[in-house]
Amino acid sequence: MAQGTDLNMIPIYIMGKLHYVPEGLTIMRAMEHAGYRLVRGVGCRGGFCGACATVYRVEGDHRLHMALACQALALPNMHLTQLPYFPARKATYDLEEISDPAMAAIDLYPELANCLGCNSCNKACPQDLKVMEYVAAMLRGDLREAAELSFDCVMCGLCTARCPAEITQYQAAMYARRAFGRFASPRPVHLEDRLKELAEGRWDQEVERLTHLTTDELKALYVSRDMETPTGGFAKAVG
Amino acid sequence: MRPSLRLLEATRPQRMREAFPRMSPEEKTALLEAFHPDFRADGMREIRVGPNRGDHTPHEFADQLEARSRIDPDQIDLERIDHDVDVLVIGGGGGGSTAALIAQEHGARVLLATKLRHGDSNTTMAEGGIAAASHRHDSPYLHYLDTMGGGRYMNKPELVQALVMDAPIVLDWLLRLGVMFDREPDGTLICSLAGGQSRKRIHSAKDYSGLEMMRVLRDECRNRGVPVLEFSPAVELIVDERGCCAGAVLYSFDTSRYLIVRARTVVLATGGIGRLHIQGFPTTNHYGATADGLVIAYRAGARLLYMDAIQYHPTGAAWPEQMLGWLCTEALRGTGAHLVNVEGKRFINELETRDATSSAIIREVDHRGKGVRTPAGNHGVWLDTPMIDMLGGEGKIHRLFAGLERRFKSYGIDMTREPLLVYPTQHYQNGGVEMVDAEGRTTVPNLFVAGEVGGGVQGRNRLGGNSLVDIFVFGRRAGRAAALQAKEVEPARLTLDHVREYHRHLSEAGILNGRVSPLLLPDYTTVQPASGARS
Repeated sequence: MAQGTDLNMIPIYIMGKLHYVPEGLTIMRAMEHAGYRLVRGVGCRGGFCGACATVYRVEGDHRLHMALACQALALPNMHLTQLPYFPARKATYDLEEISDPAMAAIDLYPELANCLGCNSCNKACPQDLKVMEYVAAMLRGDLREAAELSFDCVMCGLCTARCPAEITQYQAAMYARRAFGRFASPRPVHLEDRLKELAEGRWDQEVERLTHLTTDELKALYVSRDMETPTGGFAKAVG
Repeated sequence: MRPSLRLLEATRPQRMREAFPRMSPEEKTALLEAFHPDFRADGMREIRVGPNRGDHTPHEFADQLEARSRIDPDQIDLERIDHDVDVLVIGGGGGGSTAALIAQEHGARVLLATKLRHGDSNTTMAEGGIAAASHRHDSPYLHYLDTMGGGRYMNKPELVQALVMDAPIVLDWLLRLGVMFDREPDGTLICSLAGGQSRKRIHSAKDYSGLEMMRVLRDECRNRGVPVLEFSPAVELIVDERGCCAGAVLYSFDTSRYLIVRARTVVLATGGIGRLHIQGFPTTNHYGATADGLVIAYRAGARLLYMDAIQYHPTGAAWPEQMLGWLCTEALRGTGAHLVNVEGKRFINELETRDATSSAIIREVDHRGKGVRTPAGNHGVWLDTPMIDMLGGEGKIHRLFAGLERRFKSYGIDMTREPLLVYPTQHYQNGGVEMVDAEGRTTVPNLFVAGEVGGGVQGRNRLGGNSLVDIFVFGRRAGRAAALQAKEVEPARLTLDHVREYHRHLSEAGILNGRVSPLLLPDYTTVQPASGARS
């Protein structure tokens, strides 16, 4: 995609300054095309990390929009700024010391109770998460619901920036998921068994022996092993 | 695209009934030598300075080695120490965060310095999951065999031994930290396959596996008060007068100042190389993956291993244009999706190792002319994702691959109903700073490495699932060893003589190109998207 005149160029305003960029670029690539060498406001470029939280309005529309710059497309007559950092409170805790995980959520984040039910967080979330609903779930003591509703959170902080009740939703949800992951499921029996085997040295000699084999000896074992298949069952390693 | 799509749908019932044979070792070797980018002689050149002089490496990385420091050693006052710690951890991804937590647990005063924000890393972007032999029908023995075979038997045995024996322990550590792995109601950990893994041993957290682990580790670092310095990349290591690593010079992006960190030991966990766009490939990697750690360790005298072995993930998105090079997790193939050419035919067993699968796609597209042309004029092959729901029941894609589904949907592609177009994308650096023992030691005393920046664990080709386990296993080992060793180290005079010496070697080799390194950040203001900087 060359910077030629054959492309449809669209006007965008980056922090108030007009630039023309090719149509079809993400906001991030549009900023780079305009000459910004990003340091803050850029991260994985894949929608995982939440570094590129962006706020914008489009001319003719009174509404404020939120997006990840690496995901959303630049639009004609868009006025934007990035929000690469926003002050947010994170409660600290020791997971090992927590006796009542659901109650602890409220102790750690009492401001959850101030939720006004205004829906601003939901409208802000670039992942389309039900933020207000997971806040409600935490207030009800339903950590499973809170963990599952918040699972796709990239912690960009836009919900927190918009919250009139000054809740740090994404940090509260971080606690909910950890508490859920740590306490909700029974311990996996198969892993317990394997850990016990390892502690007893069950695999020490067999693996140690492999480290002393020649490449040809390893190859012979490698090609003769059986392979589990996606649908279950086993197949030969070769052929 | 349309006629080919109809062929793919027509052949699907038959394909779903038939098994595709796996290659013999001889067939695989021939395929790699003919089609893998590592074997393109014009993509590589000889390294002319430093400990690996005479080895071959891709031009893009050689450029980073054949460059002067960003700093003039004569302008840096090493007496003015900004931070004085026991263990300096460089890099705030999964490996660095783990090393910092464990070093602190062992009583060390720790500083974690990172180039961007804490957590900004390839760890965050890992979709598939973490390999560990946790199930009864699996074993560390098989995990060892798979990893060695996948690495073409060039892995260091003692490192693979540590990897597979620690893997279940690391899994337990992550569970106790509250990582939300995919589970059955009875607590059983759900596993899938990856290419070359002979058992279902990839433990996932939907297709946000790495993000989930990273945000838990970052949260734990904050809970435990691990000091973190963000937006402060290391631009050189500091070596003391005895030749031991003793800290680093950091550059503060925010204040444009250099900071001196004195440390008794250093753990380097700076990750990979993808943003150098080796051989012009797009990459799945993070913005910060610019080989910084490799460059500064090399100047400090560390030997590198297998820096000519680059991993291309078989299934980067080839369409839509905005997602070019985007990772489409191996778990899609692990749960049954076929690779299909323009004629609707399979051409490789989808669960061959990544080097072989990528080579087969390159052969199909670039040499046999059986790729599918995208509207933008690129070529790829089909990844038949609708098969996943057909095999595993309606809703499986939504349950396991919600992130990917969302992204494609935003461009009007419903991967539950239509296949994706894919082509290999640069994904991983198989080699790195040579690890000389299973605690992450290097050839430079008091310098440790963990994760992708280290070389030796993965041989010349890493298996899916083996990088997340690598960063935690060796993050823990390096963190512990660095903390224990720090107690033995007596501080000595700090120097940057190794930088002066490196500059002298560059001059002697006639390398006077004006380049400086490490790169720190790619520049996409001048390089336009279609010429490499694709996502």
